[in-house]
Amino acid sequence: MSKLKNMEDEIDLSLIEPILEEYGDDKGSLITILQETQAIYNYLPAKALTYIAERMGISEAQVYGVATFYAQFRFRPVGKYLIMCCQGTACHVNGSENILTALEDELGIKVGETTDDKLFTIESVACLGCCSLAPVMMVNGQAYGQLTLDRVKEIIADYRSRG
Amino acid sequence: MYEIRVGLGSCGIAAGGLEVYDELLKETQGMDVKVYPTGCVGMCYKEPLVDIIDEDGRTVTYGNVKPSMIKEIIKSHIMDGKPLLKWVVRDTEGEKKYDNYMDKQVKIVLRNCGQINPEDIEDYIKVGGYKAIQKALTMDPYDIIAEIKESGLRGRGGAGFPTWLKWKNTKEAPGNPKYIICNADEGDPGAFMDRSVLEGDPHSVLEGMMIAGYTIGAQEGIIYVRAEYPVAVKRLKIAIKQAKDRGYLGQNLYGTNFSFDIKIRQGAGAFVCGEETALIESLEGKRGMPRLKPPYPAYSGYMRKPTVINNVETLANIAWIVTNGGKRYSSYGTETSKGTKVFALTGKIKRGGLVEVPMGMTLREVIYDIGGGIKKDKKFKAVQLGGPSGGCIPESLLDTVVDYESLTKTGAIVGSGGMVVMDQDTCMVDTARFFMDFIVKESCGKCTQCRLGTRRMLDILDRICNGQGQEGDIELLEDLAHMVQSTALCGLGQTAPNPVLTTIRYFRDEYEAHIRDKKCPGGRCKELIHFSIDPEKCTGCRLCELKCTSHAITGEFRKTYHIDPDKCTKCHTCYDVCNYDAVVIS
Repeated sequence: MSKLKNMEDEIDLSLIEPILEEYGDDKGSLITILQETQAIYNYLPAKALTYIAERMGISEAQVYGVATFYAQFRFRPVGKYLIMCCQGTACHVNGSENILTALEDELGIKVGETTDDKLFTIESVACLGCCSLAPVMMVNGQAYGQLTLDRVKEIIADYRSRG
Repeated sequence: MYEIRVGLGSCGIAAGGLEVYDELLKETQGMDVKVYPTGCVGMCYKEPLVDIIDEDGRTVTYGNVKPSMIKEIIKSHIMDGKPLLKWVVRDTEGEKKYDNYMDKQVKIVLRNCGQINPEDIEDYIKVGGYKAIQKALTMDPYDIIAEIKESGLRGRGGAGFPTWLKWKNTKEAPGNPKYIICNADEGDPGAFMDRSVLEGDPHSVLEGMMIAGYTIGAQEGIIYVRAEYPVAVKRLKIAIKQAKDRGYLGQNLYGTNFSFDIKIRQGAGAFVCGEETALIESLEGKRGMPRLKPPYPAYSGYMRKPTVINNVETLANIAWIVTNGGKRYSSYGTETSKGTKVFALTGKIKRGGLVEVPMGMTLREVIYDIGGGIKKDKKFKAVQLGGPSGGCIPESLLDTVVDYESLTKTGAIVGSGGMVVMDQDTCMVDTARFFMDFIVKESCGKCTQCRLGTRRMLDILDRICNGQGQEGDIELLEDLAHMVQSTALCGLGQTAPNPVLTTIRYFRDEYEAHIRDKKCPGGRCKELIHFSIDPEKCTGCRLCELKCTSHAITGEFRKTYHIDPDKCTKCHTCYDVCNYDAVVIS
């Protein structure tokens, strides 16, 4: 927690200024603002949320209410490689549960967590729309289909070697 | 001159299409060949796909293409003029039609997918694009509504509401401005037709929105698209920019008084936002919680103004109908369900992908004639239609025709069009649990029945799968299901019990086996199964030992192997890889 606090101190709020200038007056754009804020910091820092509420003239509760409702928003930083492991129907039928377990075992973390070296974060997602290649996972937007337990290990090793 | 197309939908990219595309660009340098990307042609099971088209229009498709194959293909096909038959999966000339995947399909929605470069507006114009809006602008809006009415088009998002009536109601509703919203928040796990249309033919969706806008008197369109579909978002942005640059979007289109603009909003990952009123709340920057209906969005939608919300697939039909006439559209389909429907065919199917068929085709035809049947020729168990709002249909109902009414009678729905095929190795109780788990996570929590009712149902299903099911659980599940169904506020809750109810209806024996015999007939529920190797069948090939990641398998090469139950994680890998059916689940 203290680590996180230190990081929070370093948040540069001026980075989101252009976003607020563009959409800040339109309360209907709150989700867009949060999306673009997350794109900058790779998560939603508490400081930024407070600032957004202030600037938009809405309550912090309202900002948190929206931010916590949607799966896309995160309140902790993610690792360098964000792994989205698909748990859609086609993937489930083709054994995606084991793929997720293999990922967790390989990285020594659970879904939603980040490895100590800050390299990997695992997320589970509802469907990536690549159902015909099930089971599927995505690493930083790059999709990998027809996964097997072996293949998962290979892919992770490959990213590890890139550092 | 030859043209070469590479399927670069998300699925094509995931299968390695980009590397193939780069290799093609490299190998054809200096040649009189046009290489361009397209969206998904639907044959996902053969991705990555490369089409080579000669001057006469003959199209030869290569499947499962790897970069290493490109040199040989170019040499033989382009330089020597001989298609390289060993890798050809389809040929329009018919001399080497390897499979009949396309034969029974009728492409209206997907007419351009896989055919044109989605990032080039000229390609869309070449195939007749933006002609329909020009025609529409010369028509009286009521004549357009009449044309759509004659077509019989019903909303393809799942509920099947008549499109013309939605448009007419919104047009006549008091209040200005009016809005047209494209629902591209395809959240059903197992469905990807909207993604494919947006990636493969974004202009047809824009044109459909423009026609809708003109008809109802709206000047603004909004596309609400899933953020999980980055390729679709990118192509939509390109398409909107190109249409604006050419003056197809903006002020006084085609010299008329009609002005229309389209913007994109990205969803933020909430399944409930596919429901129209929740979608509107989300567009307004709020939590995506459904509103009580009525009033319907036609009267009070976005910003409390009259709003049409149409699904991507619905809109992709519009330009075709305006061009070809409602009558021609209605010549496809059944009495109450006209036209075609796109299905995402996945799961344990040989030829998975995107298929567009006339309504009225039977499930058997789709799964066996088009999809080629079950992988490894295993036994068919069920097909799941319509995602978490739908249901599982057993083998005895495979001759059910695909239309709104017939499918509803089975307890499933057409829904958005996800069709997940399940074989003998699927547990139907686990399937019901899977969907209920999804719903529990995605329920917005606004109404108690949905928030707590589904939670209780999941608890019971969990218990049954863990081998702690009790007598009376099935009845309890049914009671809860009916309660949630009849009292939830929105479609998410009202349809959430469908997967549970249909699995109980058609596979009650599997529930009973779990509860009474503590057995899982599908061999999936980990607490109820264990793995062993049949020494009679084992050839000692060692494949299972090599593939077992938990080192639970030991033995002697060319003799027999066995599984240590203490180390076995029940991951099914040995079962899946064994070529001699020697791994037994009991």
